[in-house]
Amino acid sequence: MTTANVEQKVKNIIADQLGVGEDEIKITSSFIEDLGADSLDIVELVMAMEEEFEVEIPDEEAENIKTVQDAVNYITTHKK
Amino acid sequence: MFDFTGKTALVTGASRGIGRAIAVALAKGGASVALNYAGNEAAAAEALELVQRAGAPRAKLYRFDVADPAACNQAVEDVVAELGGLHVLVNNAGIAVDQLVMRLKDEDWNRQLQVNLTGAFNLTRAVTRPMMKARGGSIVNLTSVVGEMGNAGQAAYAATKAGLIGLTKSVARELASRNVRVNAVAPGYIETDMTAALPEAAKTKLQELIPLARLGTAEDVANAVAFLASDLASYVTGEVLRVNGGMYM
Repeated sequence: MTTANVEQKVKNIIADQLGVGEDEIKITSSFIEDLGADSLDIVELVMAMEEEFEVEIPDEEAENIKTVQDAVNYITTHKK
Repeated sequence: MFDFTGKTALVTGASRGIGRAIAVALAKGGASVALNYAGNEAAAAEALELVQRAGAPRAKLYRFDVADPAACNQAVEDVVAELGGLHVLVNNAGIAVDQLVMRLKDEDWNRQLQVNLTGAFNLTRAVTRPMMKARGGSIVNLTSVVGEMGNAGQAAYAATKAGLIGLTKSVARELASRNVRVNAVAPGYIETDMTAALPEAAKTKLQELIPLARLGTAEDVANAVAFLASDLASYVTGEVLRVNGGMYM
């Protein structure tokens, strides 16, 4: 899977979980500040990404995933 | 009285006693009902028939051990797929092994915690996603008067029931923003198989402690559960509703 593919899938998940339009989601968007996510949303996002990409995102790593770019980076480096 | 049209409820420990009465009460309101039971096939079949006769559009038995997290996850997945979503969870399954603390065995302590408290946690965790996604739901946990009062001979049982109150209030806070309400019902002394084992003299003595001067019925408890599960309780969360004839206020 290419980085562009991962980015598109991440955006799909975010749009679905947060109920925002995909055009509003930029690679630099912060989940909490730009996209209005709360702590429950973040947990749901992390769980949805774990399922979609079959990666494990430990809690201490999840804390550092604050933007779309962070998520894409984590997935591309940890995906088997 | 309560309208559950288009809703699905999962009731644990639904084959007998209070759980069965709850399943029937929800069915009367038009809910589809998933009845969990641990192993009493005859009682479960009887409960299923009562629920169907009470008007549940769909009803099904689910045999699993609430203490088993994987079984709980699977059951929730199955109920959502087979009965059309999951809107109400009633954590009713419970066991009591009475023994003075100095004689209380490790396995009896552990088993009561596993079923009564961990079981409720297992299913609560399993339903959070479907309920959050649906932007609504109601969880009702069956605690007990002894969770608030304590009771000689019931250190483990009372500890699990007190634990359920903490679980109820914490999860109520966590899920409130998604319109998922979490409440508890605390029955007093109710006429069930669990209390039928008490000697007659003990029952008479108990009644003297109850201002309403009678044991409660499973239906008394089921009505309170149905209220909290229903939209009529839409502004009630984190509450412990006591159904005990006034024995503890």
